[in-house]
Order: sequence, then C-alpha cells, then structure tokens
Amino acid sequence: MTALQLFNEPFMQRALIAALLTGLAAPAIGTFLVQRRLALMGDGIGHVAVTGVALGLATGASPLWTAVLVAVLGAVLIEVIRERGQTNGDVALALLFYGGLAGGIFISGLGGQSAAALNRYLFGSLTTISSADVLVTMVLAIAVVGLCVGLAPQLFAVAQDQEFARVAGLRVRVYNVLVAVLAAVSVTVAMRTVGLLLVSALMVVPVATAQQLTRSFRSTIGAAMVLGTLASVGGLVAATFASYEVTVAPGPTIVLLALACYAVAWPIGIWQRHRARLREPFAPGEAVVSHEACGEHPHAHGPGCGHLAVPHDDHVDYVHDGHRHAVHGAHYDEH
Amino acid sequence: MTESAAVEVRRASVALGGRPVLRGVDLAVVPGDFVALMGANGSGKSTLVRAMVGLRPLVGGEVRLFGTPLDEYDAWSRIGYVPQRATAGSGIPASVWEVVAAGRLTRRKLLRPLSKADRAVIDDALEVVGLADRRRDAVTNLSGGQQQRVLIARALAGEPELFFLDEPTAGVDLPNQQVLADTLGRLKERGATIVLVAHELGPLAPLVDRAVVLRDGRVAYDGPALRDHEVHQPWFAEPHTHHHHHDHVPHPSTPLGTEPHLPGDRP
Ligand SMILES: Nc1ncnc2c1ncn2[C@@H]1O[C@H](COP(=O)(O)OP(=O)(O)OP(=O)(O)O)[C@@H](O)[C@H]1O
Ligand SMILES: [Mg+2]
Ligand SMILES: [Zn+2]
Ligand SMILES: [Zn+2]
Ligand SMILES: [Zn+2]
Ligand SMILES: [Zn+2]
Repeated sequence: MTALQLFNEPFMQRALIAALLTGLAAPAIGTFLVQRRLALMGDGIGHVAVTGVALGLATGASPLWTAVLVAVLGAVLIEVIRERGQTNGDVALALLFYGGLAGGIFISGLGGQSAAALNRYLFGSLTTISSADVLVTMVLAIAVVGLCVGLAPQLFAVAQDQEFARVAGLRVRVYNVLVAVLAAVSVTVAMRTVGLLLVSALMVVPVATAQQLTRSFRSTIGAAMVLGTLASVGGLVAATFASYEVTVAPGPTIVLLALACYAVAWPIGIWQRHRARLREPFAPGEAVVSHEACGEHPHAHGPGCGHLAVPHDDHVDYVHDGHRHAVHGAHYDEH
Repeated sequence: MTESAAVEVRRASVALGGRPVLRGVDLAVVPGDFVALMGANGSGKSTLVRAMVGLRPLVGGEVRLFGTPLDEYDAWSRIGYVPQRATAGSGIPASVWEVVAAGRLTRRKLLRPLSKADRAVIDDALEVVGLADRRRDAVTNLSGGQQQRVLIARALAGEPELFFLDEPTAGVDLPNQQVLADTLGRLKERGATIVLVAHELGPLAPLVDRAVVLRDGRVAYDGPALRDHEVHQPWFAEPHTHHHHHDHVPHPSTPLGTEPHLPGDRP
C-alpha cells in the first residue's frame, strides 16, 4: 500500500479529522488551564475518564459517551474541591486521579475485557474510530473551540483576576465550571488520537511553546492552536508511516512532536527576550547629571560598528561589555 | 436608610478565619463625595472596601450600593475597583492592552466584539495612566508601579461612577500620582464618587472631602479631611494609650462632632 492509497482509506481520513479537531480544541482550553496555573488538571481528568471508558466497555454502552459523562462529573468535582479546600486540595485531587485510573483498570478486568481494548483509549489508536465517533468528536470539538474563542474575553478576565471579575459582575463560578466541563469534553475528544494518559500534554505543551515567543494572551492562544494542530496531524502522519515497519501508537508520536517544537522554541524565546531587553531605550536624563569620560578606547563606534546602538535622549549609546558609551567630541562618555 | 447614598454600610461586621476584623462599621458615602479611608496596617481598610464590593461576606449588618442591598445588586458597570497590590500577571503572558480591556467587560454584551467606542475608551484609559506606548508589552515586564497604573486604567475603562481605590498610589512615582490626582479631580467634577484607601495622600490631598479613620476594625474618626500625620496620632494608632491623656483627648469610640478636637492640631 502506498502513502497515497493509505490517505484514501476511510479510516485514515476519519483519523485525520479527529486529529485536526483535537489539535485545535485541546490547546484552546489548555491555554485557560495554564493561565489559572492548573496545567495538570487535564491529566487528572484523563485519569478519571479511564473509569468512564471501562464502564462503557464493560456494559456495552458507547465508551465515548460514558467517558464524557464520567470526565465531566470528575472535572466538576475537581473544581468544587479546588474552590473549597485551599490547604489539602491537591491531596484530594491526587486521590481522585489514582482512584480514576485504578477504578478503570479494575472495572475492565471485572468485565473480562482484554487489556488491548483499554489500551486503545489509553494511548490512542488510528484504526478503530467509527464514523459515529468522528461525528460526535467533530460536534464536541467545534463546541469547545467555539466557546473558548467566543467567551475568551470573559474567560480571560476570570482567570486573570478572579476578584476583579466578580466586581465586574461576571458569574465567576459559572465560568469556572464551564472551563472544567470544556476541559473534560476536550479530554474525551482527544482520547482516540493522543490517548487518555497523554492528552494533557496536547493541552499544555503547545501552550508552553507558544508563550516562549508571545507577549499577549490572544497571540498565545492562537499560536498554541496552530502548534497543536501541527503536532497532532503531523504526529498522526508520522505514526502511520512508521507503522509500515513497526506498530507505533499515534499518541506518543504526537506528544514527542509537540515536545520537539518546544525544544526549538525555548532557545529562540530566551534569545528574543534577551534582545528585547537590550534594545529597550534608556530612560531619559541621568547622563546629564555626571560627566564620566571613559579611559582607553581604541575602537571607534558608529553606525554598523558591530555594537548594539540603543536610543537615549537625543543621541545613541553603544552597548558593549556592560558599558554604555556615547560619543562626546573626541572621546566616549560612560552613560 | 438614606436612599441617596452611593454606598451605605450599616453595622457591618466581617470575620476572617474566625477572628473579627470589622466590628459594627457604619459609613454612608453620598454621590460626588471623595472619602479617604485611613488607618494603620491591619486596621481593616482593605477588608471594608472588599466588603463594600461584595468580595467579603458579612457576618452582620448590611451593605447597599445605590440603595440596593448587595445580594440583589447587578449594575456592576457603575462600580470601579482597584485592588491593593494585586499582581497583574498570570500563567500566560497578557498584554497591557488586554488587561485594561478586561475592565470594559462590565459594559460589553456576551459574544459581541469590541465596538469603536469601547476601543476609544480603552485607549483613553491607557493614555491617562501614561502607558499608551507600552500597550503591546506583557504586563509582567512592567515595574510594580507601572502594573499598579495598569490596574487603575482597567478600572477607568469601565467608566464607572463609584470608585473603590485600595492604595492606588502605593509604589507610584510623584509625577504619576499627580496625573492620577488630576484624573480623579476631573472625574469628581463630573460627579463621580470616590472611596480611596491611602496611607499618604500626597497630591490627592486637596481632593479629599472627608476622612474616615479605622482603628482595629472600628471607625475611630469620621469627619473633615486630615493631614497625613494626624492619622497617626497615638490615640488613632494604639488602642491602650488613651488613658494617659484621659483629660484632654476624646475617647476614640465616642462619636466625634464635625469639628473634632485633635491632639497636636495646629492653627
Ligand atoms: N485572608 C485573611 N484571613 C485571615 N485574616 C485576614 C485575611 N486578610 C486580612 N486578615 C486580617 O484582617 C485584618 C485587616 O486586614 P486588612 O487587609 O483589611 O488591613 P488594611 O487596613 O487594609 O491594612 P494595610 O494598610 O496593610 O493594607 C488584619 O489583621 C489581617 O491580619
Ligand atoms: Mg489594605
Ligand atoms: Zn565627555
Ligand atoms: Zn562599536
Ligand atoms: Zn546616553
Ligand atoms: Zn565603547
């Protein structure tokens, strides 16, 4: 089978649609989770959703729907615990996470399910997505993206400064629960492509990558969605080609690709911030107060001399070796 | 109950962690008034302001905004709040413009983009605090005083008529305090009501109509504006020194007239 033939296969097209929508939805809601410093919430919901999938598999109901149901319940419970307890909230969350994972594996054992059936949901799987699943995934993903983008100003304000949002008349609790529910829904959207155990990575890693290079919320969420889509679709395609030789689950490939993007963005971000700091114009005044000529200075500064020129009042200071040198007649001043 | 008060607090008590922090505070601010809320650290100024905007539940008494009890109040576009020492940052970079634009949410409908008028008001607010040229910068890259000015602009962006400013000038340099004073002066002329918490009034001093001093969760003084140093008279700051001066100093908890006698008051 050639690559072209493969992409003509209906299962592959379904998988691509699912990957595309997952790549958009997961970072969209992930941005709000990271903004609230709840980066690991997706992980927790993923663990709870394992119980939902196992329930579906054991009872013969659709694992997608049971997962949505249990994940939403779990997410709301996490949100309630978070709001109530400040001191031992994270311990309660941990109990919920491990309970969800252990419960799922236990139930699937009781139901006599093979480990392989559950594995498809834990690490993602290409070939088993049905048309009905794709349709549900599409509807849910579009709802998540639509709400995240449409309500972005409100969700932004609530996550940025909860108390200010309350005084602005926003119903903070409603928005908090909405974020939890949207996170739960996008976890179940993503479980067929990335898998429940790695879904949080697709919610967090593109966001972490984007914020290396951005200075505003809007550009962060936009860039995260683009990066998420690239990683998700790219990872799926890479996993498909690799599967000629060996069986590669798409989930790990997608996450590794997302991490590779981060590894590239990280040094660029450091360099960009460094450069922005250096180029920032110096505050006016100061220099006039004291006159300090620099000593021995064989190098001649000027346009294109190779040193960073930063505007300062009506002249430029040349920055090198921790000094700011300004031309003054035949010598240089320390500014 | 005076219907005309912009904000009215009656016998309000607030407990934090089981400890009483505000005890039976009475305060009514009429529209157009400029009230300075003063007192030592921990005297309950921020708690009172937070109770007035509904961020701290009362264990007793009641708060009314524009005549409506707080529980039923919903005209939040009339209220502007600048919290004390809030960090403007969060887990994601946010630009100065975005934080200030959040202040406009009180006047925006759900799922509607910003109108031209909204944008103009946001730009004005940025102009007023002198940060128009830094609108694209991440808030976390600003200094503490600049971040404080962002929060002031955020409150201005909602065009409120009743302001609660909790130490808005802490960490702000003198020229920018002067700019804020000019802005508040203009708002006052237009009829805005302002409740300001401050330790040092600085350039804001001429605007103040009335001073309220809290001491240990109670109103210790309510009357004409005080000079900064007068707030820290021993009988305001320390609860147990008053008996040394029993003969010539009014007891802090006795209601004071409109012309209070203050120790150290110079002609
Ligand atoms: N979250 C809290 N939990 C428990 N006690 C609190 C809390 N916040 C404040 N307090 C207590 O309430 C009292 C009043 O605090 P508040 O912040 O109102 O003081 P303040 O007058 O604004 O002081 P400052 O001048 O330092 O801003 C203090 O004794 C403080 O210890
Ligand atoms: Mg305070
Ligand atoms: Zn010189
Ligand atoms: Zn040079
Ligand atoms: Zn210079
Ligand atoms: Zn030089």
